Amino acid sequence: MKNKKLEVSAIENGTVIDHIPAKALFKVISILNLEKVDRQITFGTNLDSKKLGKKAIVKLSDTFFIDNEINKIALVAPQAKLNIIRDYIVIEKKVVEVPEEIMGIAKCMNPKCITNNEKIATRFRVVSRRDVKLKCHYCEKITDQEHLEII
Amino acid sequence: MKNKSLVSITDYSKEDYLRIIALAEEFEARPDPAILKDKVVATLFFEPSTRTRLSFESAVLKMGGNVIGFSDSNSSSVAKGETLYDTIKIVSNYCDLIVMRHPMEGAARFASELTSVPVINAGDGANQHPTQTLLDLYSIAKTQGTLENLTIFMVGDLKYGRTVHSLLMAMSQFQATFYFISPDELKMPEEYKYYLNCLGLKYTEQKEIGPNIETADIIYMTRVQKERFSDPIEYERTKNAYVLKSKMLEGTRDNMKVLHPLPRVNEIDQDVDRNPKAYYFTQALNGIFIRQAIIASILGLK
Repeated sequence: MKNKKLEVSAIENGTVIDHIPAKALFKVISILNLEKVDRQITFGTNLDSKKLGKKAIVKLSDTFFIDNEINKIALVAPQAKLNIIRDYIVIEKKVVEVPEEIMGIAKCMNPKCITNNEKIATRFRVVSRRDVKLKCHYCEKITDQEHLEII
Repeated sequence: MKNKSLVSITDYSKEDYLRIIALAEEFEARPDPAILKDKVVATLFFEPSTRTRLSFESAVLKMGGNVIGFSDSNSSSVAKGETLYDTIKIVSNYCDLIVMRHPMEGAARFASELTSVPVINAGDGANQHPTQTLLDLYSIAKTQGTLENLTIFMVGDLKYGRTVHSLLMAMSQFQATFYFISPDELKMPEEYKYYLNCLGLKYTEQKEIGPNIETADIIYMTRVQKERFSDPIEYERTKNAYVLKSKMLEGTRDNMKVLHPLPRVNEIDQDVDRNPKAYYFTQALNGIFIRQAIIASILGLK
């Protein structure tokens, strides 16, 4: 019988973000503001993964990210891997790293923080990377992975 | 430090602490009644704190400066729905320095980023109150002759008490040894113990004030509030263990002093007031000199 498995087609030039936990896909889309990207984008989600159980993948044609920008997704997809493609060939593989400072993505978990009461972009210093801990620049309280909420 | 805001105790270095303390000594010895002539200080109290506000205003007036401001948000445009952003932008046009207290944590940091006028944080929720810590340091330095290598007993609510947290951060620069005395529910948070471990400083946790009290240079008392307890019976059971009585001070060192950020409720028995080791009322007076020093320093006048 003919193999009817749907293949997500390879891209000629661009970026493939692999190993995104399935439940984090829409957060990744929102963090990278992909809504505003006008190039071809292919999403796959709930794909089987030995490492993650269910994973998601994003293929972006003709789109490349600077490290600071792509590293933001490490908050929700710490194991994500990037393949940079030129002429159908992977020319570079990268892993994401939680940046030192996080601006305007995460919500401070302290309800008494000024950022939750006035119109202010949040700002955190990353005090722990492996088990993500963010220290609010304003109220100085810690928001941990468990309570991390993406705005 | 000229024009630099004071929002958090960690905004200042050990050298800054010592410089401010030396300046406070100068103000205490030789008042300078005209140094703030033609300067306007705004005291913006978005929540009432009479003691702190009067202490700041007295410090300004003693230096010949002028004060504008409000003492709670009901008497300001905040009651009409004005944002903190707008209030700070407007008030910045009217003054040389802003002293602010706000119920939201991080409010003073936010304000300091909106204006070129320096901001002194006079308390932002449960977060920071750096001038209290500096006056505590001044009180310790004055009574002990040094800040180095002292043994500090911290008693009461060590979990939520911002004054003990800031004092710990500041005193850890001076090789202090700490004793933490609190009920289980109000123990010193792990992050501060971790911080001391990283610096290699010694601390001991105990449930009673008595043990090792003969080694203390400073006993820093705080209020144990009933509402902090999840179990009211537990509060009734433990409340008397954290009340200091004059008799308990027998056998303590001659240089030992009892400090308290005030207001107290019942955690220091009134019989301690007559003991020469009680220092908390003088501590409150020291607040004037230290605030004079901070204001003069930030305005670049000293």
